[in-house]
Order: sequence, then structure tokens, then C-alpha cells
Amino acid sequence: MSTTTSAAPPRPPKETRSARRVRLTDRTRKERNLGWMLAGPAFIAMVAVTGYPILNAIWLSLFDFRLTDPSGRSFVFLGNYVTILTDGLFWKQFGVTVIITVVTVSVELVLGFALAMVMHRALYLRTALRVAILVPYGIITVVSSYAWAYAFSNTYGFVNGLFGLGDFDWFGGTWSALFTVCVAEIWKTTPFMSLLLLAGLAQIPDDYLEAAKVDGATAWQRVKRVILPNMKAAIMVALLFRTLDAFRIFDSVFIMTAGAQSTETLSFLAYRQTISRVMVGLGSAVSVILAILVVLIAVMFVKVFKTDLSQQRGVKK
Amino acid sequence: MLKKKWAAGSALVLFASVLSGCGGGDGGSTTLTYYIADAAQEDVATRCASESGGAFAFNIQRLPNTAAGGREQLLRRLAAEDRSMDIVSVDPPFMAEFANAKFLRPFTAAERTEFSTGVLDGPLKQSTFRDTLYSAPLYGNTQLLWYRKSVLAKAGVDPSKGPVTWDQLIKGATQAGVTLAAQGRRNESLMVWVNALIASGGGSILQPGSENLPANEVKGGINSPAGQNAARIMHELAVSPAAPAGFSTAGEEDSRAAFQAANGGFMVNWPYVWAAMDSAIEEGSLPANFKDDVGWAAYPRVDAGTESAAPSGGLGLSISSYSRKKDLAVQAIRCLVSEQSQKEFMIKAGNPAALKSVFDDPEIREKFPMADEIRTGLDAATPRPVSPYYGDVTGSIQTAFHPPDALSPDSTPREANQLLEDVLSNKKLI
Repeated sequence: MSTTTSAAPPRPPKETRSARRVRLTDRTRKERNLGWMLAGPAFIAMVAVTGYPILNAIWLSLFDFRLTDPSGRSFVFLGNYVTILTDGLFWKQFGVTVIITVVTVSVELVLGFALAMVMHRALYLRTALRVAILVPYGIITVVSSYAWAYAFSNTYGFVNGLFGLGDFDWFGGTWSALFTVCVAEIWKTTPFMSLLLLAGLAQIPDDYLEAAKVDGATAWQRVKRVILPNMKAAIMVALLFRTLDAFRIFDSVFIMTAGAQSTETLSFLAYRQTISRVMVGLGSAVSVILAILVVLIAVMFVKVFKTDLSQQRGVKK
Repeated sequence: MLKKKWAAGSALVLFASVLSGCGGGDGGSTTLTYYIADAAQEDVATRCASESGGAFAFNIQRLPNTAAGGREQLLRRLAAEDRSMDIVSVDPPFMAEFANAKFLRPFTAAERTEFSTGVLDGPLKQSTFRDTLYSAPLYGNTQLLWYRKSVLAKAGVDPSKGPVTWDQLIKGATQAGVTLAAQGRRNESLMVWVNALIASGGGSILQPGSENLPANEVKGGINSPAGQNAARIMHELAVSPAAPAGFSTAGEEDSRAAFQAANGGFMVNWPYVWAAMDSAIEEGSLPANFKDDVGWAAYPRVDAGTESAAPSGGLGLSISSYSRKKDLAVQAIRCLVSEQSQKEFMIKAGNPAALKSVFDDPEIREKFPMADEIRTGLDAATPRPVSPYYGDVTGSIQTAFHPPDALSPDSTPREANQLLEDVLSNKKLI
């Protein structure tokens, strides 16, 4: 907390810095201290519960370490990463994860947009409608996965009966099993997507639409030329959030297929190495890679697609 | 500055106290935390506690339903040196892993004599690791071949007249237009099946003596004629008309459903199905006379001339190394695995006792007409590989031997062996 108050004028950049420091009044300093005191505990807690595990995972990922054999722990540096990245299984599961992400997020975008329009335009029973649409999102993923697993089951399920599929085993093949997982995911998270899109819809001034109408634009033209361009930022934010979420998919796969029929995703790979095999080092390395991929997706959205995150709070530029 | 330090310090204290609040206490000094795997264990525990005259009481914790889920929870807690665990229910194949990591308190020589006297060979074998008893056998388990008497004539096989082979069963079931149910689901039950097939063919998943080797030196024994036969039988059944619908996702309960269906014919499954059929009859989902049509026999053979190695399962009670009440836990286990408790448990849960004498009990013989077959099966049952790295072993087998309809006797055993050894030496993922 030392303050430089040298009287002799030093070189210009230093001068401005010290001058700024000098300008700190007692009051400002006290306020700043108060700020730290108020935010400090939360900051420490955050570092403890998020920073520490992240750093610990990175550290552990450099070891060959089996939880049931603590004495056999050995430093392998990037050995675990080499094992993972040279194993075909990793790339296969990366592919499965990408497929699930792309399919679910695109279907959710279309469905979510339609639902957002319905919620936005509804004249009657607006609250009831919004609640009804949001119900799936309020259900715990594990519970909804069980519900869908039972629905698609060839012994207890209703799906086969409804579509006259006999005793077709949805979970017996890779594509049909992935289809069920995607259905469960889409059902569960479309409401979240539509909620984010609704926020974007609400920001479009009615004047724009009225003006377009007066100019003779059809309904489709109004969507394409007025609504969508004005919602671009909201759409990108919704896509970003859902992509990050979908990429880490675990619960649905775990409950519905337990990873059988090549439906395992990257989170599942981390689970299998860390929890089932208790290979903490290898599992941490998978988690670190997964985290890096998630960060890359976020960077891609923000930098390449220029997603404006202020939209998240409904702040308009 | 001082103020700030004080604030940060108090925040830490507050935070720490919030965290420690999650830990929970260990109850009273006579309360034992008992992790159970089957609901019927709780009834036995309640009786034992009341009979102890206040010497001990139980805080019951239920483990997840699946074998793998139970293993993961115990493993995680034991690795974290959870002192709040006293008695844990351990599925025998996972015992070696826990014992090797020194998570379990070994029973003393005197206790070993006490808890192994009168116990059948199968359950006893899987409770010891490196010649030390780590689990007191609570129940033993083995699979039988179940059949519908009404389909035998058409199928042209009669297990009641002598041992039958898998090949005969597949052919017979196909001929009769009925199903032969087995567990093709990718979980522990698949491992049970693979192990039984390989062992019945005279082979073993791990080469003998591997229980004392470090992980990267363990060698598999799957790439052998026994392994080829196992892959062949699994594949032939899976692609034959005798495979029930959804074969590659069928666990024990799905097998039972297939067996009970109109086109049910044969099934390999644990004896609990007998008690489960009773419940189904009571509920009205099965006709009252259904069990008259049900017969049972020894587990199918791979070679007609070689006795089958039936699957071995069960449950043992172990004491956590981190328990603060180990002596009291031994005392409680005495009651929990007593003859009376095993009988009570067998009747309630349908799971066979580990003690020989229970099978002579008149009530048991009445409720389990197949008691003799179970007892013989338990004595001949072959445990899954005893390995401190069992998690890797079962994970590799489940990956390599699934889905059953894609297996090939030419490539599966070789690939499975390679995967197993690579996974154990940390060169591959599963």
C-alpha cells in the first residue's frame, strides 16, 4: 500500500502513474478497502471452490495415479495427454459429442424460436403458457432421462406402441440410441433456449414490425428481414450457452445407455477413467482437455461470431 | 490492515465451519454405520440391534442398486478415508481391490475360523484375498438354468435328464420357437456371463498368479480356445431367433421378463427369480400356476464332457480400516451373518445363504425346492478374476465383449486380450 510521492519530476509515464496514485483520497481508499472486505470472502470462497480444483486437476493430470494404489504414483508429465490423444476412443467419443451437440442445438434453436414466438404473441393465458413451456426445464436431467428411457423401452415404453414398432430395441443400436438421447436432451433444454430467445424478441420495437407491415412485408419477410437481424445478438448468446452445455452432456447418456453401443461422450470418458477406474491422473487429463475444448468453443463464439455477451442481461447497445 | 486481516480470517473460519457442517458426526458411541446393498439387510439389522440389548445400534445407509454404482460409492468414500463408515457390504469381485488398497480391516485368525466355519466353498473363496479373510460371507449366489417344462418336448432337450450345453439350448430353443434369455447388457452382468463361459471352457480371464503382480505385468488369458468358444456362443445366441428382443440391453430383470413371456423357454439367472415370480403371481401379472411349469437345472456346459463353472456372486460384510469402532463392528457382524440371519435374509430377499446348514432347514427346503441345486452350484461356482485392478478388468471385458451380436471367435478374444493388457498398463482408455 506504499504510495510514491517523489517530488522530482521523473519520466512522463511514471509521472502520470504516480500522479494518479497521489490523487487517491482517503475516502477513495477507504471505499476501496470496504469493497475488498465485502467482496473478499466471496472471492476467497470462489478461489477455494473453483480455482483450487482446477489447478489440482491440472497438477494431477501429470501423474500416473490410481486411487487404490497411492504408493504407485509416478510423474509422467504429458504422458496421459499423449495416451488420450493417440487413442482412437477419444476421437470417436469426440465425434459422438460433436454430433449430439450439433443436432440438439440446431433442433432446439428452431423449436425454441417457435416457442418464443408463441410465448411472445400469446394474447390469452400468457403466464400459464410460459409456465407450461418451462416445465421440462425445471425437471432434473436424471429424472427426465429415466422418463425417456422408460418411454423408449421395448418392454414398458409407450413409444413403440404409439408408432407400431413392435419390440424394436431403441437402445440396441448406436444411431437409434443416440436419437433417444437427443430427444431427451431437446425436450429438456428447448425451454431454456426459448427463454433466451424470448428476451431477444421482446427487445424488438413494435414500430419496426408495424413499419414493415405498412410497407407490405409478408409474415415470412417480417421474420427474415426484421425479427431475425434484430435478434442476432440474442440468438448467438443462446447458441453459445446451449453449445457449452450440450458439449458437456453426461446425465442422459449415463442413464439411458450407460455408454453402451458407442454412445459415450467426452464427459463419459472422464467419468469412466476417474470414477470407475479411479485412474485419477488419466481422468484429470481428460477433464482438462474437455475444459480446454469448452473454452475454445466460447472463444470461437465470442471472437469469430462476435457474440455480444451484454445481451445476456438484456442490455442493449 | 488489521481490520482487513480480521475480516478475511473470520470469513475463513465461517467458511470452514460451513464446510465441516457437511461432514456429519459419527452418531453415538454404540451406533455403527452400516452400508447395505439389499433392503432386506435392514430388517436383519433391526433385529440384531434389538437383540444386542443396546450394545450396538445401526445407522443404515443404502448403496446404489447397481453393482458398479455400489463399488464406486464405497471406493470413493474409502479412498477419502471416511471415518463414518463401519460395516460395508462388498460385492465379492470388488473385495480384492479394496483389500489391496488397505481399505478393509483383515479379520484375525480366530475371527476367520469363526466366520468361515460351515461356509460353502464358492462364497468362502471369494471372501479371501492373499490368504486373508476380508469379508464375512452374508450370502452366496450362483446362476441356474431355468426352463419351461412345456417347451422341452418341442425343443428336444431335457435339462432334467442330465447336463445340457449352450449349443443344444440355442438349437432347441430355436427349434421350439422360444427364447433363451441371458444377460447381454453392458454392465457387470455381462462380465458374469463372459467369465462363466470362459471358465466353463477351462480357461480364465486373467492368467493364474496375476493377483500379486503390478498392473502393467498382468497378462490376460482370453486369447485361448476357451475365449474363442465364449465369443462364439455369445455371438451365435445373439444372432439366433432364440435371442429375446433387446438382447444386447437385457439385464437380469429383462431376462426374467423374457422368460415369463408367452414365448419364454430357457434362461440363465440367479435364484432370486424364484421369489420374484412369487411376487409377480401375487400381483396378478403371472398366472397362479405359472411356477408349475418352471424347472431348473445346473448351469449349461460349454463342452458336453466338462462340468460347467457356474457364475459366483453374493455379498460379504467387511469392516472399514478407518472405522473407529472395529471391535463393536465384529460383534455386530456376528449377528448379521448368523445362521438365523442368513435364513431370514434368504427368505426375504431370495438370495441363497452362504452357510451349508441353512439349506437343510425345513422352511428353506419348502420355499426353495431347488435348494440342493443351489448348494451344489455354490460349491462349484467360479469367482470372477481376483484382482486388485478388477475395475479395469471388468471395464475392458465389458467393452470388448459388447454388443454380443458383433462378436467374432476369430478376432474378439485377441482384441479383448490386447485391450485388457493395454488398459492395465495405462496405454489405452476404456
